[in-house]
Amino acid sequence: MVSASPNGPASPRGQTLLLDGITQRYGASLAVNEVTLDIRGGELVALLGPSGCGKTTLLRIIAGFLAQTKGHVMVGGKSVDGLPPNRRSVGIVFQNYALFPHMTVEENVAYGLDARGVDRATQRSEAQRMLDLVKLGHLGDRTPRQLSGGQQQRVALARALAVNPSILLLDEPFAALDKNLRLDMQIEVKRIQRLSGITTILVTHDQEEALSMADRVAVLSQGRLEQFSPPTEIYDAPDSLFVNTFVGSANLLGGVLVDSDRSAGRVRLDAGGLIETRAPKGDLRPGSRVTVCLRPEHLSVDPATGDAETLNGVVEMGLPLGATVVHEIRVGDGTAVKVSEPRIQRTDLLAPGTPVRLAPVAPRLASVFAAA
Amino acid sequence: MAATLRDVTTYDLKLAAPLAAGFILFFVTPLVILLALSFQTDPQGGHYGLTQYVAFLGDSFSLGVLGSTLWLGVKVTVLTLLLGYPVAWLHQRSPAWARGLIMLLVLLPLLTSVVVRTFAWVVILGRQGIVNATLAWIGLIDTPLKLLYTEGGVVVALAQVQMPLMVLPIITALSRIDPNFADASSVLGAGHWRTFRKVILPLSLPGIVAGCLLTYAAAITAFITQSLIGGGQMLFMPMYIYQQASTLQNWPFAAAISIVFLVSVLVVVSIFNALGRLSRGYANA
Repeated sequence: MVSASPNGPASPRGQTLLLDGITQRYGASLAVNEVTLDIRGGELVALLGPSGCGKTTLLRIIAGFLAQTKGHVMVGGKSVDGLPPNRRSVGIVFQNYALFPHMTVEENVAYGLDARGVDRATQRSEAQRMLDLVKLGHLGDRTPRQLSGGQQQRVALARALAVNPSILLLDEPFAALDKNLRLDMQIEVKRIQRLSGITTILVTHDQEEALSMADRVAVLSQGRLEQFSPPTEIYDAPDSLFVNTFVGSANLLGGVLVDSDRSAGRVRLDAGGLIETRAPKGDLRPGSRVTVCLRPEHLSVDPATGDAETLNGVVEMGLPLGATVVHEIRVGDGTAVKVSEPRIQRTDLLAPGTPVRLAPVAPRLASVFAAA
Repeated sequence: MAATLRDVTTYDLKLAAPLAAGFILFFVTPLVILLALSFQTDPQGGHYGLTQYVAFLGDSFSLGVLGSTLWLGVKVTVLTLLLGYPVAWLHQRSPAWARGLIMLLVLLPLLTSVVVRTFAWVVILGRQGIVNATLAWIGLIDTPLKLLYTEGGVVVALAQVQMPLMVLPIITALSRIDPNFADASSVLGAGHWRTFRKVILPLSLPGIVAGCLLTYAAAITAFITQSLIGGGQMLFMPMYIYQQASTLQNWPFAAAISIVFLVSVLVVVSIFNALGRLSRGYANA
């Protein structure tokens, strides 16, 4: 759909992006620590993490605003290390969009083409085509200030795509939008990204955004890459305790590993009961102290008194949350465990004080990590 | 409750009375007297008429003085802008400690008396001054250049003296520009020069206009610097007025050229203001 710009390479879209052992040092601290990401052409990858995890630093390194201390950035197999931002063929949509306030919408979109020496007539027609792509073809002669937040973002996207970049970088692009508009724009951006087939990096601290939009998610913490996997894998099979707790919610229970093999493990919980888990991460021997992560929807509540071999507790509180019911259960060792069940299965809330037995809804859902 | 709220939002005009009285007594009244005086046909008093204005506007020497004064302002303003913009730019791009240093250097001239600063320039530009001594020492010149008592000397000295008036508004304007604009521009393929020309410069226009206005107004009325560096040969409006009033005791003529000067400055100021309004459209994103 999007044709190459006159001066661009023949087919620059869908370029691969390799971040090879990127390290960024600020004085004594490491903002990014040996991060390697091999990104396929046309893929949408989210860099997800709390603020200060190094995701924005990585973005600035890819764009060329920052020269990494160590490592290489390769676009389409070629190193772009040492190239200034204006020769890297990347497009960015900034969090605040950074539309030039003294230019019209059309001039904003045509800016990159003008910088590349494209003639005026082509600039105009290309800008118009990009504005049509983001459904703003009729607003070319407005100034950015006259547009709503969502419209400004579309313009920023059109401006970034107009120069036909190899890589599109989105820096927290939806953070400034209100919730309803955010979902619309996420769908819109995903549509345009699919249409243009451009390799895209989305920087976000919003896990839902990362999981819903990305083909693969790179979870970062304190400059380190924690996991780089498809969204479902990030959620269902987290590689680390950090990923498990940062993405989605998790109940953490202490216990001792009883035995394990390549596919599963068994843990005796401090709170009582034996639980079958996924294979433990890392080199854990039977008898090791471990932390078991159970997501709220992995458990069901059974209002019955259990025995020594079950996980027992007392209801503290029940919350009906639309489609689901959440109960907070105080278990044997004093930990509060959240359990989320579809309301279609449980229409009645359990009264506080009710003794209950907790059971996994299926075997091998829980993740096991070495105790912190 | 309503009463206390109103106490906060309304104000009592009486509180402004002392300032208003001072303003009327020391500014408006003299101006009115000056205006009245300028219509006197004769220094000894008597009739009123346009004689003094006719004399000024019909006299090529007087018009020359007015012209060269307004032109001096243009030259000083341009030089101050050319020297001041890079300083403001440097300030904007420097780490915090360097910013403090640059700001101190910019503000330093304001902390010393104009007379002292101007005499410093006399020392620098004199026949045996620092510039001539250095050039002679390097061997570029044999005889000292005439720097003092030239218009070039006046322009340079005024540019230095008025520098803070140019740099401070531009620093303010530059600091209000989102740093993402420059990043966005460079990612879109623009080099440093294009980014500056297409993005930074237009967005800093309000600061430039304000700086030019202040510098221009200060430069054309800088009596001390103009007279000390310019010496006797060069005559600008402030000195011309002073001579007419104090030396020749021709008060009506002095008043008339003051009014002409005032009107000329007001015209220039309104042009700048119009430019400022145009450029402000750019700035507030």
